[in-house]
Amino acid sequence: MSDLHTLGVAQLSALLQKKDISAVELATRMLARLGGNPHHVFLSVDSEVTLAQAKAADARIAKGDTSPLLGVPIAHKDIFVTTDFPTTAGSRMLEGYRSPFNATVVQRLGDAGMVSLGKLSCDEFAMGSANENVAVPSAHPQAVTNPWDVSRIPGGSSGGSAAAVAACLAPAATGTDTGGSIRQPAAFCGITGIKPTYGRASRYGMVAFASSLDQAGPMARSAQDCALLLSAMCGPDLDRDSTSLDVKAEDFSRDLNQPLKGLRVGVPHEFFGEGLADDVRGPINDALKALQAQGATLVPIALPRTTLSIPVYYIIAPAEASSNLSRFDGVKFGHRAKAFTDLADMYEKTRSEGFGDEVKRRIMIGSYVLSHGYYDAYYLQAQKIRRMIADDFQRAFATCDVIAGPVAPTVAWKLGDKSNDPLANYLADIFTLPASLAGLPGMSIPVGFGEGGMPVGMQLMGNYLQEAKLLNVAHQFQLATDHHLKTPGGAA
Amino acid sequence: MPLLAEGFAFLLTMSLTSADIQRLAQLSRLSFDPPDNQRMREGLNNFFAIVEQMREVDTSGVMPMAHPIDAMPLETLASHAPSAAHGMALRLRDDVVSEPNHREVNQRSAPAVEQGLFLVPKVIE
Repeated sequence: MSDLHTLGVAQLSALLQKKDISAVELATRMLARLGGNPHHVFLSVDSEVTLAQAKAADARIAKGDTSPLLGVPIAHKDIFVTTDFPTTAGSRMLEGYRSPFNATVVQRLGDAGMVSLGKLSCDEFAMGSANENVAVPSAHPQAVTNPWDVSRIPGGSSGGSAAAVAACLAPAATGTDTGGSIRQPAAFCGITGIKPTYGRASRYGMVAFASSLDQAGPMARSAQDCALLLSAMCGPDLDRDSTSLDVKAEDFSRDLNQPLKGLRVGVPHEFFGEGLADDVRGPINDALKALQAQGATLVPIALPRTTLSIPVYYIIAPAEASSNLSRFDGVKFGHRAKAFTDLADMYEKTRSEGFGDEVKRRIMIGSYVLSHGYYDAYYLQAQKIRRMIADDFQRAFATCDVIAGPVAPTVAWKLGDKSNDPLANYLADIFTLPASLAGLPGMSIPVGFGEGGMPVGMQLMGNYLQEAKLLNVAHQFQLATDHHLKTPGGAA
Repeated sequence: MPLLAEGFAFLLTMSLTSADIQRLAQLSRLSFDPPDNQRMREGLNNFFAIVEQMREVDTSGVMPMAHPIDAMPLETLASHAPSAAHGMALRLRDDVVSEPNHREVNQRSAPAVEQGLFLVPKVIE
C-alpha cells in the first residue's frame, strides 16, 4: 500500500474497517509526508497529538465501532479554534494563541473519530482570494503555493486546505466560505469542496469574519467524500450559535446514486460573459454537455445582479468584519503592543501591529460604510440589493433544480500578480459572491484543465438545504468522468 | 460625533482625503504613518469607484436583508424542519448560566493578568 496518501476518505475508511491498516500506521505515514512543510500548507503540526488521536481511533475500531470517518486523517483550516493545536487565523494578532475550547465543527469531526494532522494556512482572518495574506511571523515563507504549479497561488482564503488535499498531504480538510473561500481554492487546486446552506454548520469556534456570510464546509477528493464529511459537520448547535438552523442532521450521502435523468440545470448567461476566460469556458461547456449526456436538460436562466454582488459583498462583509474584529484590543487574548502611553494608545498600537494590510483595509471600509451619514447610502443600500439578489435566485429555481457555471473567471494566477491590487482580487470573486450573499449552498468540482495545465472548477448552486441534490449531481458527474482523480506531478 | 460633518455628503461622489483616512483610522483604533495613509487612501478610493454602480439601483420598497435566514422561503424549509412552519427567526437562548467557570484556562492567552484580573493601563488617575 505505497499509495495510501492518494486515497480518499471512503477508501481509507474501508481499509481501516477491514483492519488492513491501523489508524496509527496511517497517521504515521501521513505525518512522514509533512517534513519540510510542502507548499507551506501547515501552520502547526504536533505528531504526539495526532498519534494519540489515532490510538484512540484504533481502540474504537477494535471494539467494533464502524463509524464511517473513524481513524481517517483530516486537517483543519486555522480559522477553527482547537484545544490541541494553536489557532492563529493566519494573523500576527493571534500568534501563540491557544483556545480553551474546540470549534463545534472540529469537535463533531473529532467525535466521529477523525484524526487531526494539524492546522492549515489561510488568509488572515479568512480575508483574501490567493492565500497571500498570511501574516503569522513564524510562517516562512508565508504564501502557500499551488501544487499544480508552484509559481501560482492556490486560491483563498482556504488555500492551505485546498493545497493540502491536492498535494495528497491530507485526504480531507475543513474550510470556511464567506464569499467563495471554499469553492475558489477547490477550483484552483482541482479538488471538490462544498459550502452548505448558511446555518447548516455551527459557527461556534470559527474565528468570525462576516457573521451573516461565514459558513464551514469540507474539501476533499470527491463528492462522495464531501458527503460523508458534511454529514458529520452539520447539525443544530442551538445553544452556542444563534444562527444555527434548527434542521436536524442529515445523511448527505443518501441521494448520491440517483440518476440525473430529468434534472434541470440552470445556466445563468451572466456567468458566461466576456469576462470569462476561454480556457475556463471550454471545460465548463464540456462539463455541461456531460451532464446533458446523463439525461439532464440545460435551462437558460438570469441572475441579473451578478456584477452588483461585488460592491454589495465588499460593503457588507467589511462592515461586519469591522465590528467582529473590534474584539482584538490586546486585553483578553492575542497580541499586545510592548510600549504605549495610555489605554487608547495601547489599542491603536496593538491593532496597527497585529493586523495586516488587507484586514486594516476592510476594517476601514467597514468603519466608513457604517458611519453616520453614510450608513443609508452604502450599508443599507447594499442590504437591499442583497435581498434582490436572493430573490433573483428564487425566481431562477422556479425553472431549474440546480444552477451551474464557472467558479472563477480564470485559472489560478501567478504569485504576486494581484497582491498589490486588492481590487483585482475582489473582481475575481464575482461568480462565488451571489450564492454567498443569498446564503445558498454551493460547491466546486474539477472539470478539466485550462491555461498552463491549471485545474478548472465548475460551480453547482442549489436552493436552501439542497446539499444532497448538489452532491448527487457532482457524484454522478464524477462517476462518468475522471477529472477529480488527477493529481499534480510530485503528489502521488 | 459623525465621522464627517453633515455637509460632507458631497464626498459620496468624491475622493477621500488623508484627513478622512485619519478620522476613519481613529474610529477603527488604527494608525497609519504618512506613506501608509497614502496607500490606504488610494486603496479605498479605488474601491469606492466600483461602489458607485450600486447607488444607481432603485431599491424603493425593498426590505434590507441583514441575514440569509430571513430570506429562506418557508415552504423550502418546512419539509426539513417542523419548527420552520412558525418562521425561521433568529433565536435567543434562555438567559441561564450554561458554562462552568474556566477563568484560568480562559486567561491563559491574555497578555497581562494578575490575581485573575485582566490588566490594562490606568484609565482614571
